[in-house]
Amino acid sequence: MTIQEIQGYSMFFMTILMAVLLYWYIFYLYRSEKKGERDFEKYGRIALDDSIDTSPVEDKLASEEDRRIKEQN
Amino acid sequence: MQSNAALEYDYTVAKMFTYVTILFGFLGMLIGTTMALQLAFPELSNLIGEYGTFSRLRPVHTNTVIFGFTVSGVFATWYYFSQRVLKVSMAESKFLMTIGKIHFWLYFVGALIATVTLVLGISQGKEYAQYNWWVDIVIVIVWILWGVSMFGLIGIRREKVLYVSIWYYMACFLGIAMLYLFNNASIPTYFLSDGLGSINNSVSMYAGTNDALVQWWYGHNAVAFGFTVPIVGMIYYFLPKESGQAVYSYKLSLLSFWGLMFVYLWAGSHHLLWSTVPDWMQTMGSTFSIVLILPSWGSAINMLLTMKGEWNQLADNPLIKFMVIASTFYMLSTIEGPIQAIKSVNAIAHFTDWIPGHVHDGVLGWVAFMIMASLFHMAPRMWKKEIYSKKLMGIQFWMQTTGVVLYFTSMWVAGITQGMMWRAVDEYGNLVYSFIDTVTVLHPYYTIRGISGVLYLSGFILFAYNMYKTITAGKELTEEPQFRTPMA
Repeated sequence: MTIQEIQGYSMFFMTILMAVLLYWYIFYLYRSEKKGERDFEKYGRIALDDSIDTSPVEDKLASEEDRRIKEQN
Repeated sequence: MQSNAALEYDYTVAKMFTYVTILFGFLGMLIGTTMALQLAFPELSNLIGEYGTFSRLRPVHTNTVIFGFTVSGVFATWYYFSQRVLKVSMAESKFLMTIGKIHFWLYFVGALIATVTLVLGISQGKEYAQYNWWVDIVIVIVWILWGVSMFGLIGIRREKVLYVSIWYYMACFLGIAMLYLFNNASIPTYFLSDGLGSINNSVSMYAGTNDALVQWWYGHNAVAFGFTVPIVGMIYYFLPKESGQAVYSYKLSLLSFWGLMFVYLWAGSHHLLWSTVPDWMQTMGSTFSIVLILPSWGSAINMLLTMKGEWNQLADNPLIKFMVIASTFYMLSTIEGPIQAIKSVNAIAHFTDWIPGHVHDGVLGWVAFMIMASLFHMAPRMWKKEIYSKKLMGIQFWMQTTGVVLYFTSMWVAGITQGMMWRAVDEYGNLVYSFIDTVTVLHPYYTIRGISGVLYLSGFILFAYNMYKTITAGKELTEEPQFRTPMA
């Protein structure tokens, strides 16, 4: 098998893999929203409520604190 | 990071990059228009000796509009909107503020020196990668400083989720870093010729077809990660913010992002169709270029749907007009590119004026429109002044839109005419036309392009004037506008 053939086959299978991953991502987005695990659409508000005195859509410090408490328990 | 009720976003660095965006935009477009007129009236090439010839000006034009205007526009908008969507002020970190200022000054001084090298004819002869090795090192340092600034700010953010625009700017940073390093790998000729060459002048580390492949993997992805990715990031922030409408589908924005990342990197070989690269690679370039329509249109349609139920804003807000038409030109450009990448179409289009026609409906209609609209949106928030003149903005819009339409339509006709004439053969298989026949036929279209350049450049001067008057004589604002940009 020549190097060109190896390159060609690698490219082909990598494309298939990447396509599967991309479709899996679509599935993941919709499934997690349907199950109520995440609401992706609320993140659109980040651009609108962007003055420094408004609350973050998801507070980084608060979620770090939550995680710490969970880990301690 | 401190918690302070009186904290404000700090736009010092964003303002500095805004000035430079306007400066480089003017210079780059002035040179571009001069070159368009030179092609129509060649005697204009002889005005200032070697420094004014088309071949000397061409890299100055491309590099000034890419690395000068567009990249400083990307930096200006980054230093503005990133603070807002990450909910952290640059004033909260002395370190990041210092890095931001060094980033600006090194970029500005470096860009001026880099431009002078091109004017003097110092070049390593690769398209969009002409800068010699030592200029490349300065560019790499500037880029690293931006990275420190970017990831530093992300590190101290309050908003946990990275808004989609941040993802696009991160991709711009990483993509350009990778492409630039690989394609600019070069060696000073001194080390290749037993000391006979030059320390200053460098040649590519790749040779022949490999060099062409790396070059166009770089060249096309410079379009991807310089002209597409950060500008999509820009519209995902500025259009929703200006219109007061959240992005139509956040999920679609994420999907388009990953789709774009996946597909774009494989499309570069469409620049080498019918050349000496492996056939499968050419087919791959064509195929991925066509698939690229999906993520590109995904974002563009998402933007147009963001205006759903709010189309009345298009009539009375010129900034919405700029952004919506930018999105439309993005759609046009990203359907035109794949069409040109089809092998049979490319057989006609390659090396003709249709190619610069395609590039310019993208860069003038999409990139420059978005950058100008973003700076207009930012100005009242950064200087706390109302936009000086809505009327001027309207005039600018129509002048520039007419300019873009004249540019690409004239180049469509010119390019297809050229392509057909080059291929025409008589019944014995002899070429019907010589090269000069095509040049004669193209003259009117080159003249139209010259006029389109004058229109677009004049519009840009109006933009610069409007910005200048906003900063110096705009009506003071007592509070920051939430959505729609106030204008007199």
